[in-house]
Amino acid sequence: YYQLFIINRNGGLVYSKSLAPTAPALSTNDSLRLGSTFHGLHAIAQQIAPIVSGGIERLETETFILQCFQTLTGVKFVVTAAPGTPDLDALLRGIYEVYSDYVLK
Amino acid sequence: VGVRLIDDFLAKSGVDNCSNFRETADVISKVAFKMFLGITPEVVNWNKENTAFSLVFVDNPLVDFVELPPQYMELSYCNLLCGIIVGALEMVQLQVGCTFVKDVLRGDDGTELRVELKGLMRNVMSDEYKEK
Repeated sequence: YYQLFIINRNGGLVYSKSLAPTAPALSTNDSLRLGSTFHGLHAIAQQIAPIVSGGIERLETETFILQCFQTLTGVKFVVTAAPGTPDLDALLRGIYEVYSDYVLK
Repeated sequence: VGVRLIDDFLAKSGVDNCSNFRETADVISKVAFKMFLGITPEVVNWNKENTAFSLVFVDNPLVDFVELPPQYMELSYCNLLCGIIVGALEMVQLQVGCTFVKDVLRGDDGTELRVELKGLMRNVMSDEYKEK
């Protein structure tokens, strides 16, 4: 796993964490920019998709995978990981549960 | 409370999008109420357009040990429940109104909450961002 981002329903980044020493070092400003850019791209993808789409779910490149889980309330959980990492969707749903237990209460 | 509770509910129950308001009502009564209060209210009194329903229940765990003194007879003790329903549904883009029709603390035989769908919400830009 490389990094975790949590983006709120207005597009602002609320949490980012580096999960491995090999992850790229992002300054706070860079992570904020990344968060809102992703939010915008996600919304655009959802609207230009030729079929009914829920936005960007998974992005695979040769060097990393990016998985995004959007809740029904608009919060996005985004994780980047090395190619071939399994169960990213389950990981994000687990993080959503923990978020609702500890962050919102 | 509702604004936060909806995430907790969705994370733990894993329910997906409801396709219509009737499904929303069922999910509220059978899954959400059961999860948080341990009771399953009945969904009754649907109006013709399927946009309003009543939640009826006899036992209300919130008022098990509560009695209203005479000077507070006008108090809606469980108005919290209405706020939770309105707040939670607002976070999933459903604007509803919720009122108490019957309340055991006022002497009725059961509790009845009326939930009315006011409309679907769309995320719109606030006026300060609009181009002139």
